[in-house]
Amino acid sequence: MVWFRKKKVKVPEGLWIKCESCGEILYKKEVDRNMGVCLRCNHHFRIGPRERLAFVVDEGSFEELDHHLEPTDPLGFKDVKRYKDRLKALKKKGASKEAFISGRGRIRDVEVMIGLFDFSFMGGSMGSVVGEKIARLFERAIEEKRGVIIFSASGGARMQEGIFSLMQMAKTAAAIGEFKRHPYPYISVLTDPTTGGVTASFAMLGDIIIAEPKALIGFAGPRVIEQTIKQQLPEGFQRAEYLLEHGMIDMIVNRKDMKDVLYRLLSIFRR
Amino acid sequence: MNYLDFERPIVEVEEKLKELKTYYPHREREIRRLEKRLSKLKTEIFSNLSAWQIAQVARHPHRPYTLDYISRILDDFIELHGDRTFRDDPSIVGGLGKLDGESVMVIGHQKGRSTKEKVFRNFGMPHPEGYRKALRLMKLAERFAMPVITLIDTPGAYPGIGAEERGQAEAIARNLEAMSLLRIPMVSVVIGEGGSGGALAIGMGDRVLMLEYAIYSVISPEGCAAILWKDGTKAELAAEALKMTAKDLLHFGIIDGIVKEPPGGAHRDHDEAARLLKEALKESLDALRGVSGEELIQKRYQKYRSMGRFIDTHGSDTLRDS
Repeated sequence: MVWFRKKKVKVPEGLWIKCESCGEILYKKEVDRNMGVCLRCNHHFRIGPRERLAFVVDEGSFEELDHHLEPTDPLGFKDVKRYKDRLKALKKKGASKEAFISGRGRIRDVEVMIGLFDFSFMGGSMGSVVGEKIARLFERAIEEKRGVIIFSASGGARMQEGIFSLMQMAKTAAAIGEFKRHPYPYISVLTDPTTGGVTASFAMLGDIIIAEPKALIGFAGPRVIEQTIKQQLPEGFQRAEYLLEHGMIDMIVNRKDMKDVLYRLLSIFRR
Repeated sequence: MNYLDFERPIVEVEEKLKELKTYYPHREREIRRLEKRLSKLKTEIFSNLSAWQIAQVARHPHRPYTLDYISRILDDFIELHGDRTFRDDPSIVGGLGKLDGESVMVIGHQKGRSTKEKVFRNFGMPHPEGYRKALRLMKLAERFAMPVITLIDTPGAYPGIGAEERGQAEAIARNLEAMSLLRIPMVSVVIGEGGSGGALAIGMGDRVLMLEYAIYSVISPEGCAAILWKDGTKAELAAEALKMTAKDLLHFGIIDGIVKEPPGGAHRDHDEAARLLKEALKESLDALRGVSGEELIQKRYQKYRSMGRFIDTHGSDTLRDS
């Protein structure tokens, strides 16, 4: 569920951009060259899955799988808009087909299965297609004897698919349960933001859990918590550093070091 | 007595009947006439409830809760406490018992009846330690090859500071993974509110049932209205749109069966509601008897693996059904 505050999340078009964290005016090309990270304060901007892929796997090694799976509208869901129309509008916009892409990739000499969320597609919410792609990713990984890396960025389950979305939590967790009966690693990377049913299923089930600096990670979104307890939340609450301190994740890794750390982990697991 | 708006005609007749029985027990004909009318009224009103009205019945203040069922269904029950790590969470109860002579583990969300008890039970919204207690009890049952029965009745996992601090998401996620690998039969029944991940976290049964007027949803109607309509008062519309009733979920193939409630809802007759639930539980447990641990795991995997609907534009454009 998309619970957290809505912020302008995309690095805006144009030559210059303003860092949402330190307010510095930055030359966009330079930020892009710096992997979408502020040159002054190390703020990690939210980035799309294709962009990220380039920082993680070797150039040209990614082979997308299951891209032919498309969402449908099992409930005939309608709020102020029909879910069908929302999907159509997204398709027209030329946006991604879904909130998750997955496939095979290579990091130097290690072959992996990799999946990445697209937060710009309905808040990276998990519906039937996302759940199915994740389950297939783990099943293929078993067949091909590879490790799995998933980069999460999601508001949680997709409300518009109702109970089917909720069941994707069970489905993905079961796929991981099966996967973990084999000796291949699953590395879960949490990026800003990762909340709701995604956190409460496959994202927190990594053998290794990594987060990007300052990423918002939680079960409930901060607004829901504030409304429930009627108090302001402490500074830094639900941020990656907070989770590390409370023993919920293994480490925080800067975007520029991510590929290297992933490679070292995979190499050690490979033996 | 607390009652819902649409229950008013029923309650009025009920009260008249009670009065009649107490003060004029000899007016048998009148009593019988009223009883007939009452039964007709219940059927009429309860067979035409909207999703929003069903949600209200599912949350009815007099609805039987987990411990109400346990005391009526089991011959013996010994409650067990604590997650062995942090504390005992009163929002989830669990323990060992006998169901017509068969040893079982029963785990369920627990709501409170009085204001004091409601606070003590945290309105049936568990913290991570509640889910960790549930997992500990499931694992205990597994060692002794005892079936597990889970009763689901929660608005959702608690969204609070302590809950986040201690890993609410991790606790739920871990339970999902662990339940998918349990080597014992598990039957899960939504007895009231099936509130999202907080419900599913003890609900990955080999068989999943819902009471007739229970609800099960990815988000509460109020929460959904607040986010998608940006207006919490549109909950009635959201309840309809979310398709959260037992009938809907059976139709979708998400649940395996519906447990009948007494006429006019479980809150009118706890004993009868418990009897009906017990019958359904025994039937489900019988169906799972003798299945090996590995087979249970395989079947459970297939069950949850196949849930979801999407279009495969590549291989075949068949709509994959759950």
